[in-house]
Amino acid sequence: MAKLKSWKELPCGAIIEDMKAVRENKTGAWRSVRPCWNKDKCIQCLNCWIFCPDAAVIVEDGKVTGINYDYCKGCGICANVCPTKVQAITMEEERK
Amino acid sequence: MILAKTGNEALAYAMKQINPDVVAAYPITPSTEIVQIFAQYVSDGKVDSEFVAVESEHSAMSACIGSAASGCRTMTATASQGLALMHEMLFIAGGLRLPIVVPIASRSLSSPLNIHGDHSDSLASRDSGWMQFFCESVQEGYDTLIQCVKIAERASLPAICAVDGFILSHCMERIETFEDKSVREFLGPYKPNWNLLDYKKPILVGPATMQDYYFEFKRSQIEGMNNALPVIEEVQEEFKQKFGRGYGVIEEYRTDDAEAVVLLMGSACGTMREAVDAMRNQGKKVGMVKLRVFRPLPHKLLKETLAKFKTVAVMDRADAVNSYGGPLFTELTSVLYDAPQRPNVLSYVYGLGGKEFSLADAATVLEQAHAGKKEDLVTYVGVR
Ligand code: SF4
Ligand code: SF4
Repeated sequence: MAKLKSWKELPCGAIIEDMKAVRENKTGAWRSVRPCWNKDKCIQCLNCWIFCPDAAVIVEDGKVTGINYDYCKGCGICANVCPTKVQAITMEEERK
Repeated sequence: MILAKTGNEALAYAMKQINPDVVAAYPITPSTEIVQIFAQYVSDGKVDSEFVAVESEHSAMSACIGSAASGCRTMTATASQGLALMHEMLFIAGGLRLPIVVPIASRSLSSPLNIHGDHSDSLASRDSGWMQFFCESVQEGYDTLIQCVKIAERASLPAICAVDGFILSHCMERIETFEDKSVREFLGPYKPNWNLLDYKKPILVGPATMQDYYFEFKRSQIEGMNNALPVIEEVQEEFKQKFGRGYGVIEEYRTDDAEAVVLLMGSACGTMREAVDAMRNQGKKVGMVKLRVFRPLPHKLLKETLAKFKTVAVMDRADAVNSYGGPLFTELTSVLYDAPQRPNVLSYVYGLGGKEFSLADAATVLEQAHAGKKEDLVTYVGVR
């Protein structure tokens, strides 16, 4: 394990600058419902990507390609902001 | 420019001159006008600020946190139940070290419901990691709010600038204001430590920390507050250089050869000055010490200043409902515990819910302080 830092070495405001550590710390485990993205219905408005509080909507070359379940908390915001007529994201029970 | 302004008008005017990037607010008596007048400045195009009207104070502070975390100079205004509803978010702003600045028209807390002035709201938030300034007059409120922005940004700490509800917020005073340009020059542009929206330098804001790091982050925050006092003194000096009005962290009034002094905060200092003058005319050696900065608590300065008197009467405009008097009294007795010479300390709670604190009340406190004793541990001034 890496040596733990002293309080004097920490950045002001409890921010984390080491994005590698952030990536390694997978935080999706407590999700009870999961967003299911339907490629065929999606109109690529990117609402879900803008609003996801956890940056868990995967975008490649400007297009949504899926959800990153390693970090997705299942909050449902993406499904909520997906245009009503489109409904390309539905929330489904997480199965064991 | 000399203007006639109420406390709320003066604070809103200072906010206009500060021209913050974002103001997110919800109205509450007695600070409603600050927000209302500021919203008018926004509509009239007098400021560049983004005004966010929210559905509650919890949301107001949440929006302020998001804004400040995105590198914006951010303000709101509130009082009483509003500050209480912000309570959870106050700690988050403190821990994130975001220099949000909040003018407050101090007001009592329910229940029973009361809209008038006392210090219960700010003092109940004393452990949230915010600096707290208490002002004696409308002029001081205007000056202090401008100073607060610079202090908060330099110390990376949020700040509350409190004027007494109604007594100052709704009372008109002659105040000397500065040019918009001078205020903006004094403050300079805001350079945030970090910015959540800087995609070239991604960071995580508000992480979960466990037993291994939480305490270390808290220790670092505590150091931020430990370092705040010199920053306050520095900015007070810069303010004096630029605008000619000087303020101290504490102010001593007629204490030179005093045997007994009264320590207090806020508008009642004005009443106390009068009472001190009257007692001095009778040849009694009494004085007043005004505390302007409650957080960080200037403990060394208080100890040095107060240990030389025989008696210190501490007056709290709030009670901690702890069976042992108000917050200022308990902190003061602990500050003086290891003083080389320990004065008698008398505890007074006064003015809750805006109860009048008259010249006669002030004189009674001074008489008792002069005598060096009273019967009860805590005296509730003017309570039937
Ligand atoms: S459910 Fe929440 S966390 Fe998961 S992708 Fe949607 S918005 Fe993001
Ligand atoms: S909000 Fe819906 S339609 Fe828009 S990009 Fe996301 S999934 Fe596609």
